[in-house]
Amino acid sequence: MAKASDLDVAYVSKLARLNLTDEETQLFQKQLADVLKYAEKLREVDVSHVEATAHAIPIFNVFREDEPRDWFTAQEALSNAPHKANQLFVVTKVVE
Amino acid sequence: MSRSDLPALTIADLQSLLRRKEISPREVLDALCARIETLEPKIDAYLSIDFQAAAKEADKVDVDLPLGGVPIAIKDIINVKGQPCTCGSKILANYRSPYDATVIQKLRAAGAVPFGKTNMDEFAMGSSTENSSVKVTRNPWDMSRVPGGSSGGSAAAVAADSAFGGLGTDTGGSIRQPASLCGVVGVKPSYGRVSRFGLVAFASSLDQVGPLTKTVRDSALIMNAMAGHDPQDSTSLNEPVPDYTKNLGRDLKGMRLGLPKEYMIEGIDPEVKSAVDVALKQLQSLGAEIVDVSLPHTDYGIAVYYFLATAEASANLARFDGVRYGYRAKDPKDLLDHYGRTREEGFGAEVKRRIILGTYVLSSGYYDAYYVRAQKVRELIRQDFVKAFEKVDAIVSPTSPVPAFKLGERTADPLAMYLADIFTNTGNLAGICGISVPCGLAKMNGNQPRNDRGSRTLSGLPIGLQILGKALDETHIFQIAHAYEQSTDWHKQRPKV
Repeated sequence: MAKASDLDVAYVSKLARLNLTDEETQLFQKQLADVLKYAEKLREVDVSHVEATAHAIPIFNVFREDEPRDWFTAQEALSNAPHKANQLFVVTKVVE
Repeated sequence: MSRSDLPALTIADLQSLLRRKEISPREVLDALCARIETLEPKIDAYLSIDFQAAAKEADKVDVDLPLGGVPIAIKDIINVKGQPCTCGSKILANYRSPYDATVIQKLRAAGAVPFGKTNMDEFAMGSSTENSSVKVTRNPWDMSRVPGGSSGGSAAAVAADSAFGGLGTDTGGSIRQPASLCGVVGVKPSYGRVSRFGLVAFASSLDQVGPLTKTVRDSALIMNAMAGHDPQDSTSLNEPVPDYTKNLGRDLKGMRLGLPKEYMIEGIDPEVKSAVDVALKQLQSLGAEIVDVSLPHTDYGIAVYYFLATAEASANLARFDGVRYGYRAKDPKDLLDHYGRTREEGFGAEVKRRIILGTYVLSSGYYDAYYVRAQKVRELIRQDFVKAFEKVDAIVSPTSPVPAFKLGERTADPLAMYLADIFTNTGNLAGICGISVPCGLAKMNGNQPRNDRGSRTLSGLPIGLQILGKALDETHIFQIAHAYEQSTDWHKQRPKV
């Protein structure tokens, strides 16, 4: 199992697209190291014959008919948009 | 009965008055409104209230429907059309729901009137409601203490008679723990029993919506209206919904209740332990047999929970990108700056902490060591319960190891806060159902740290008894909780606010 000291909060915050201040980075580094240290107890458990459980209940593929139904109008879908124009979401420029 | 006494009624009693036409739904709403106006400045349980919209509904509601004319408070993480849904977060401060969650559609169909949204830990991440970005909710039993969390607003409102009943959500204990700390009843339904469509997702494999009420019967009434299959939630179970009131009033003769030896940990407040011991004797006197059971993987619950819940949260909260709804940072210089600053400025500290942990346990090189291993231990925890339920009908324990703690007492130490869920989160991991019912009042000196056993005042802090049942066996935990509740006076105790 990985070691608690492997955690690099500054790197992970980039993966998460979540800017942190230097203060937050340092604080989380310490606090999450404590949490990871606490969780090291999971290493004691023999899981060699156990299947991973993503869900506590046995539901597998769920199908439904592919039928049209009423849903949001464009206006409703755009009702919370932070920036919109011409019935469209306006996003930050992605190409130079 | 005087109008000002109405808010103290249970839902069941309120309904008899409504059906006999002794009062109208509008009068009920007005009386509740007056109560809330008096108490909100002290308790701060609500984030938004829309009495005008509610009054329109109350005026046309059919009181003969199962919840006809009953106002219900809704945790601010469940979408109610036309109302805010902040999730206690700045990132959704200006959001208005364009649709009703399935549970809201079902409650409306049953005649209930949603009228207000309650405070919560941001995105349901917390055990004290202190992680709300908006305000601090106080415990009506002691204004210097937390109401628990994350559904602390709904719990405090019900405890203070500022709501007849409320909805909460429970991912690791977020209904049962605040119910316990506020002296009300709270139910976490089995996973898949209640639709999650329209609930803002925190940890999708663990989240369930459930009721907080003054009595067990009231919770059963809300569950009757809310449970059932929903084609819009592919994890909701297509199983028949029983009448959850049908076993209320039955005795407990022949019932076997398991007491897990692993739950007798150090760190349980002695008053909690003795209240639960007395409750066990009471259950025996009602005909139940108490049986020792073992849940050997209990000690790993918190670690498993914080890996899986944060992993799922990091994925679910990726949707908050400042494009389609929610807060967007000003004048981003490029797309990465847009995402990074939108999320930095929009999320609070606990949410950031959990996104970081969740992203880490899912990241390349750590996925197997943390995430997959946690999923495997989750399976062992689930099997512990399956084995225990071969011997017993239900499992009993304290809901929370301690009564309500002081505001600010645990905010600096995330791990200490996480341990507040030690008796509740394994129920979510295993997908089973659970209820918390009041079982005592701890005598606490309001001015001393919680471990100080010096001079005591008469002010009490509620203690909750947790009853866990098999998946989809809500009927029996309602039966047990109701038999216990009706044989004691704890549910009649109300804080002096």
